[in-house]
Amino acid sequence: MCLGIPGEVIELLTDRPDLAKVDVGGVKRAINIALVAEEGIGPGDWVLIHVGFALSKIDEAEAKAAMDFLESIGKAYDDEIAALRDSRII
Amino acid sequence: MRFVDEFRDAEKAKVLSAKIAGLCEPGREYKFMEVCGGHTHTIYKHGLEDYLPEAITLVHGPGCPVCVIPMGRIDDAIHIARRPEVLMTSFGDMMRVPGSGGNFFDSNAEDTDIRMVYSPLDSLKIARQNPDRQVVFMAIGFETTTPSTAMTILRAAEEGIENFSVFCNHITIIPAIKAILDSPDLRLDGFIGPGHVSTVIGCRPYEFIAGGYGKPLVVAGFEPLDILRSIHMLMVQLKEDRSEVENQYSRVVPWEGNLKALRVIGETMELRPYFEWRGLGFISHSALRLREQYASFDAEVKYDVPGVRVADPKACQCGEVLKGVLKPWECKVFGTACTPETPIGTCMVSPEGACAAYHNFGRFTRTRVREASIATVGELTASARRTTAEGTLR
Ligand code: SF4
Repeated sequence: MCLGIPGEVIELLTDRPDLAKVDVGGVKRAINIALVAEEGIGPGDWVLIHVGFALSKIDEAEAKAAMDFLESIGKAYDDEIAALRDSRII
Repeated sequence: MRFVDEFRDAEKAKVLSAKIAGLCEPGREYKFMEVCGGHTHTIYKHGLEDYLPEAITLVHGPGCPVCVIPMGRIDDAIHIARRPEVLMTSFGDMMRVPGSGGNFFDSNAEDTDIRMVYSPLDSLKIARQNPDRQVVFMAIGFETTTPSTAMTILRAAEEGIENFSVFCNHITIIPAIKAILDSPDLRLDGFIGPGHVSTVIGCRPYEFIAGGYGKPLVVAGFEPLDILRSIHMLMVQLKEDRSEVENQYSRVVPWEGNLKALRVIGETMELRPYFEWRGLGFISHSALRLREQYASFDAEVKYDVPGVRVADPKACQCGEVLKGVLKPWECKVFGTACTPETPIGTCMVSPEGACAAYHNFGRFTRTRVREASIATVGELTASARRTTAEGTLR
């Protein structure tokens, strides 16, 4: 919950400019990008996601590092990804 | 025997370890608090204490939002959830946190409908889909989750959703750090500042710690090397008699934070005069509630909330652990009556909690681990000490 999950933006949703589809380790879900919109987010960008909201834009190397860290946590992270998989915000 | 995982860059870590050791003044002890539960996790997982000289102790702070929720708030949540029209939603982490009469799973077995969600937005969607139910989101967390709750409230207001409300338990990290600084129990030399909270609040709010209290703080990333680098930065500051706020995690944390996130928090929420933290007691201006203009989304306004105070179980020493006064394994029930499967205290529930992190890595025999690893890093450290004595390594 406290730990950000890195995701790659794959698609902006034209009918909902505050949302984008991201890929998190193969799981594709819509998340809210309004809090980082000013940084200019587009497909191919990486963001750090907290409970369904992108809070910062990061680069790919940082995304990889963040993923390694989460994987090291094991079960708690699995639970978080499972929760993300079940998340249907739209 | 080593219990800890080797991590990538273990070699670089050893070099840092030697540099850190080289900065220790003979006879001086150093105590640094890592505020964030994510850091606690990295430290235990990778056995980072083994890379530090004996003179440096890391103490684990109150930065796990699940851990500091007092029992009374769980009871209050269950009280709201018992209303037949209420469907409550909560992050998964909260489900096993014990209240005085059991946790959310226990109450679900009786008469509540508390469902796990990933995001407050999921909760809002459940409200849309269930117009005949009142959906209450159990909001918890520091500034990493607060903007999400704020944004969801704004969205609900925009859509005019009337069957959605928030039971707000958002807390804010700065007053907790201040409470620890003011507590006579503990003398600290510096702080490893939280990473993700700082992406929202930025680095400025920590300045009173460096300025007013004269304690350096370094905002740190979550990789083992990030933490060692931050400790090194703290040691350099102490060596040079400086106390400043520094940002080791600038690749993610902007100095100013996320201004839009701060703006939406300020728009929807205001500080409570005081809030109870498990183990730390009442801390003034340490938590948020909804602003009056969003009262129709405030579960505490919509429903009667008993607001009872429940004392922590006698055996529980979470308070001491959260303040960094006790190490997890020093609690009398650690690993016996209190385990991740049967938690007595909150610090054993969340994976970010110090007790759970420590328990999960089977590091029951810290002294042994430390001795074993001193053999690995020890030589390097010893040589660094020698070098410093000769004044060649700074
Ligand atoms: S072992 Fe259990 S009761 Fe003791 S401090 Fe840790 S969580 Fe609290």
